[in-house]
Amino acid sequence: MSLLIKNATIVNATKKSSSEKDILIEKGVIAKIGKSIKADGMKIIDAKGKYVLPGLIDLHVHLREPGREDRETIESGSKAAAKGGFTTVVCMPNTNPVIDNCMIVEAISKESKRVGLINIIPAGAITKGQKGEELSDMFELKKAGCLAVTEDGKSVSNSGLMRYAMEYCKMVGLVVMDHCQDHNLLGSGVMNEGDISTELGLKGDPGVSETIVVARDIELARYLDSSIHLQHISLARSISLIRGAKKEGIKVTAEVCPHHFTLTEEAVRTFDTSTKVNPPLRTKEDVAAIKKALKDGTVDCISTDHAPHTYEDKESDFDHAPFGMIGLETALGLVVTELVNQKVLSWPQVVEKMSAAPARILGLVNKGKIEEGADADIVIIAPETEWEFKKEEIVSKSKNSPFIGRKLMGLVETTICGGKVVY
Amino acid sequence: MAEWTKHSLLDLKSLSVEEIEMVLETAKSFKEVSARDVKKVPALRGKTVVMLFFEPSTRTRTSFELAAKRLSADTINIAASSSALSKGETILDMAKNIEAMNVDAIIVRHSCSGVPLILADNLSASIINAGDGCREHPTQALLDMFTINEKLGRIKGLNVSIVGDISNSRVARSNIWGLTKLGANVTVCGPSTMIPFGIEKLGVKVSYDIDAVIPESDVLMLLRIQKERQNDKNLPSIREYAKTFGVDNERLKRAKREVLIMHPGPTNRGVELSAEVADGEYSVILNQVTNGVAIRMAVLYLLLGIREPVTV
Repeated sequence: MSLLIKNATIVNATKKSSSEKDILIEKGVIAKIGKSIKADGMKIIDAKGKYVLPGLIDLHVHLREPGREDRETIESGSKAAAKGGFTTVVCMPNTNPVIDNCMIVEAISKESKRVGLINIIPAGAITKGQKGEELSDMFELKKAGCLAVTEDGKSVSNSGLMRYAMEYCKMVGLVVMDHCQDHNLLGSGVMNEGDISTELGLKGDPGVSETIVVARDIELARYLDSSIHLQHISLARSISLIRGAKKEGIKVTAEVCPHHFTLTEEAVRTFDTSTKVNPPLRTKEDVAAIKKALKDGTVDCISTDHAPHTYEDKESDFDHAPFGMIGLETALGLVVTELVNQKVLSWPQVVEKMSAAPARILGLVNKGKIEEGADADIVIIAPETEWEFKKEEIVSKSKNSPFIGRKLMGLVETTICGGKVVY
Repeated sequence: MAEWTKHSLLDLKSLSVEEIEMVLETAKSFKEVSARDVKKVPALRGKTVVMLFFEPSTRTRTSFELAAKRLSADTINIAASSSALSKGETILDMAKNIEAMNVDAIIVRHSCSGVPLILADNLSASIINAGDGCREHPTQALLDMFTINEKLGRIKGLNVSIVGDISNSRVARSNIWGLTKLGANVTVCGPSTMIPFGIEKLGVKVSYDIDAVIPESDVLMLLRIQKERQNDKNLPSIREYAKTFGVDNERLKRAKREVLIMHPGPTNRGVELSAEVADGEYSVILNQVTNGVAIRMAVLYLLLGIREPVTV
């Protein structure tokens, strides 16, 4: 089945094209890009006035299946991703059972094929059962389809084991991702430690819980000449450590989440449990540092940390509510509203952070770009359209978002994955 | 006197100076009621007050119950720690069920900060915060201020020192809000691991030296060192705390002649204060307890009573 996108303003990480072109899609790949391609009875999408980007790639989502299908499923998560413009997502291993063996990876792949909307790449756990004791069988995970491993919500606290993980995964060819957090320092913290946690009487997460592990991982990467991907970085201090490491040529990459450049700890004053997230919302200085780091390249990419929780889970007091918020459906809108319209990022930089860089980190050579021969993963965006994020329009099974009711710029109009229109 | 407009008492942070003074003034009239032979006035006859305590409490719960009963309100006690909530019912669910039985006020205590705020946002009954997490315990601070004012005749300009585990104390936070609003100079004193980040921003001084604090203080408010919290490992030992921060007669020799020793109770005799100090001439600990009933009567009356000048 062929598909023709007419009058496309193509945005790649390298540049935004100055003239409109047509994109011919055949057999799931971009067959031809050119002026006035003839449509021989094939389906046509007119993208006049729209931006056409490579499909977005999210290195950090929680799909909850298997285990917590009441929060999200591969099907509902795929729909939410497609609506948000994502064509590839990496799903985190903190499912039940944990993604630590080929059986679970294969089960997820099978279900995602059945759903057939977007590409789902499972991330394996670094240790079996996320117990922090023995490494998962990495060759097996890789063979089954994992491209990355992470301990996710639980950083590997044993630095010796983390060293082995990084050494071993370098051999296997798996990306090691780390949720940087020292759990002894975190304690029972539920929000950023600072003046506001003191005033509200909530237990604080001192930022050093993150920076200590960022520094450790950088040192391990340097010593082992391995690479490491640091997940959802939230602090100015972490960013200066990463900036220094990159200057020294250490192979570190980093992601940030939209909520960490949009909201601050002030949002917690309402005791609204949808603002409870890990790492927590930080200060306005941290927000400024994250924006600067996105602009100057210290931070490589934007991920959502899409973390669905049911109403029942979140309808609790602040201490006992689970951490996390959904993010797939608001990510692009927040990026356009908070970064593009505030002149932090250009459109090509948006493609870099949300598609090209994540593709590079995962080693997906045919994704993250719109060019002849690349996979036909494409998102068409109305850049100037304002829309409201309404609760009743959320596709994800869970509605835990502090952005409900917010007006956002940049609307996803069409998402194409593997040549098929999925939204 | 100004008009009372608040529907709930959630914290002292949101109370104006005038509102605090109004509670203290109203409590004066009610204190006399408890001293009578017949300790009852009909002010809240026909009103229903529910005490919903998710944390164990003897003193505060009894004090609220007596206050409500002496105003002729009907009272119900719910110790909600485990039973219903373990069946999947949420706090809000439970509170809504209680409210559906047409109650006028819910007095709530919970180990998590913010719970009374959530209830107040979602219910139409008056909510009275009887302590939420480490955030606020407004009636305790009001009764403390009432006691200070009663004993020393003023609050403005006094040096009040709050000593102990400030990090985990809702009593400290409510007193800081209230006392600074009324013009007292507040110092918090304790081991550095028990002083929360940025507490100075609330307008207080910080000291780690009880012996430097004592001679300056008009009021020493000693907080309970909670042994059950010691799995936090933020103290080497209770023994070291008692030796370094515990107030005994020896330390008090350097205090002002009219110093007030206060404690929100229950006391750990031999830890934050010695028995001789707790029972000594400077101690107003039992006055605090007596005044607590008057303050809670005043709060209930202002929230639920008919808006008329107090005649009892």
